[in-house]
Amino acid sequence: MRSAYSVLRFLRYAILTTQYAILRKMNILKFITAGSVDDGKSTLIGRLLYDTNSILDDQLEAIQKANRKNDDGTVDLAILTDGLKAEREQGITIDVAYKYFQTEKRKFIIADAPGHIQYTRNMVTGASNSDLIIILIDARKGVIEQTKRHSFIAKLLSLKQVLVCVNKMDMVDYEQAVFENIKTDYLQLAQKLELQHVDFIPVSALKGDNIVEESSRMPWYNGPTILEYLENIDFQDDNRSTWRFPVQWVIRPQTAELPDYRGYAGRVLGEGLKVGEEVLILPSGVKSSIKSIELDQKEFPYAENGQSVILHLADDVDISRGDFIVSAAKPTHLERSFEANISWFENKPLDTNQVYLLQNQTKTTKIKVPKILFKYDVNTQERTYDEEIRLNDIGRILVKAAEEIVFDLNRDFPENARAIIIDPRNNLTVGALTVEELV
Amino acid sequence: MDYLDHLEAEAIYILREVAGQFENPALLFSGGKDSITLVHLAKKAFRPGKFPFPLVHIDTGHNFPETIQFRDWLIEQTGEKLIVGSVQDSIDQGKVIEQKGKNASRNPLQTVTLLDTIERHGFDACIGGARRDEEKARAKERIFSVRDEFGQWDPKRQRPELWSIFNGKIHKGENVRVFPISNWTELDVWNYIKREKIALPSIYFSHERDVVWRNGQWMAADPCLNLDEEDIIEHKSVRFRTVGDMTCTAAVSSVATELDDIIAEIKASTVSERGARMDDKVSEAAMEERKKQGYF
Repeated sequence: MRSAYSVLRFLRYAILTTQYAILRKMNILKFITAGSVDDGKSTLIGRLLYDTNSILDDQLEAIQKANRKNDDGTVDLAILTDGLKAEREQGITIDVAYKYFQTEKRKFIIADAPGHIQYTRNMVTGASNSDLIIILIDARKGVIEQTKRHSFIAKLLSLKQVLVCVNKMDMVDYEQAVFENIKTDYLQLAQKLELQHVDFIPVSALKGDNIVEESSRMPWYNGPTILEYLENIDFQDDNRSTWRFPVQWVIRPQTAELPDYRGYAGRVLGEGLKVGEEVLILPSGVKSSIKSIELDQKEFPYAENGQSVILHLADDVDISRGDFIVSAAKPTHLERSFEANISWFENKPLDTNQVYLLQNQTKTTKIKVPKILFKYDVNTQERTYDEEIRLNDIGRILVKAAEEIVFDLNRDFPENARAIIIDPRNNLTVGALTVEELV
Repeated sequence: MDYLDHLEAEAIYILREVAGQFENPALLFSGGKDSITLVHLAKKAFRPGKFPFPLVHIDTGHNFPETIQFRDWLIEQTGEKLIVGSVQDSIDQGKVIEQKGKNASRNPLQTVTLLDTIERHGFDACIGGARRDEEKARAKERIFSVRDEFGQWDPKRQRPELWSIFNGKIHKGENVRVFPISNWTELDVWNYIKREKIALPSIYFSHERDVVWRNGQWMAADPCLNLDEEDIIEHKSVRFRTVGDMTCTAAVSSVATELDDIIAEIKASTVSERGARMDDKVSEAAMEERKKQGYF
């Protein structure tokens, strides 16, 4: 029997791998797990770290010294991730902790984030830098409010993949029907939220079923374990057929040997940047072309997404930090107003009379938010109409800027549709937005 | 891009954000492999230009001589500016009181010297080589970490930090600690050092040295450890896995003379890097408490 399942499992695995077709070799996978201690989130992470031998003796010793045990007497692995005194005292996760582990196939960065609504802003911080979210569902409880909220945030932040782990299968006798029912419920939610890529794995973090080792207690499940899944998943960045280059810093040595050297330093967003390409400098609108691409004092014919390089242009043009160099064939939008989804992080509500600072890429611009168009009920995802955007609220706003802003729409080029909002009175990051519509 | 290219590109991006967002930044240089890696990354970020910041070394006066020699060689070789903040000066000025007794260390005193140096030079951003995999309080810290005018970190009031948009806005007197290699692990750093052929102080490699057994660890037998007749000095083949002050950095028995040996040793190790740091063993929240006071 067992070998038949192994064959099935291998087949499913092979299909999964080909499905994502190793479209681009990606050697770091960043993922977020959100939830509270009771969901088994920390147990799951602890198990991934423990079973991949990523916890060392002195760290285990520290855990044992702290003497925190689960009800069944096993070591409480949550202490590995709850790094702050206040968190250990209260037994909750308040802020994101980053954890690292590595297998032969890949380096993993886990953003271990709080799940409670009170700390949504910290979850948003963790999610914003992740490609994939693991949503844990308690097999006994099914899809609950928190599941919906986290899925909604995954949608808003354009995470590429959702992995639903139906946890605590041991508490429901590893019943397939329980798993299938939850899967059906979740798929309804996913459809409503237009989440494109969702997969499901039945697990028991506590007992180690389908985390790193495959479970013998769920013969009806033929898919990969969580680790197998994470090692093999790959993403297709189908939305971006062009590139953007926000200028961070201008390198001008002005030395006797290099009197005229002028290089624009920055990090490439998107694909296709190459020598000879016609470019547009925004917001000025001046045209030029790429003369050379420099990295580590060597020249390259093209630059990839995410590379930090220095560009040289064919013409002597005036460019400084905050300007964008973009493909002349596919330029960005350049507007003084737009509609955006906003996530609000401060106790003080969004003030429609206040001047805020908008920081997008390397540029900071004064803005006002003259109008709140609607809010989302994060638990039901329904639109509501309310005059105020308060702490942890998510809504749709109209933004008016003091100058023209260079941006793309979230659905076209998410990496260039993002910005944070800073309150100039206290310099705090009070909100984050994604540009959704032109006006 | 492989994972090292990705980490490198991210670190270069962060260093350039510091250059772009701050008036008067500095790079905190300890002479350890992480800050040496930062200097290498800064070359990639800013050459053929000069660094838009000086290197700042907080010298406890109890550094390994090899570290100081290496520091001076690196400054000579890069042509960049070095500022030294001296713990001895802080002691002489009465700003701190030196610990007494056998386990005395200047390690806690350096926070005062650091804050003093930041204030004296008016630095608004200090780049450091701390990594999130080192310690659980560090695992929680943002890449741009705001410190108040007393240098303190408030873990409950960290700014949300989204995508790769870093908010470096501060009030006068505050400063930001910036950690470009936050997402690197110890192994990543060593693999990068190997790939890039980065030079390191000799104490990272196995060498013969007089050592003394203190609190369950081998320490370099130096007068700054307040040696007495109870201490039995032995001659051993050792190396250092992290490089801090001599009073708080323990040696590990090792015959690793090449980078490949070191990488193999780390992969096989069952003790974490900071397991050899006495300063972290004080209590479960030792690092968090020190960070709250203004430590790196």
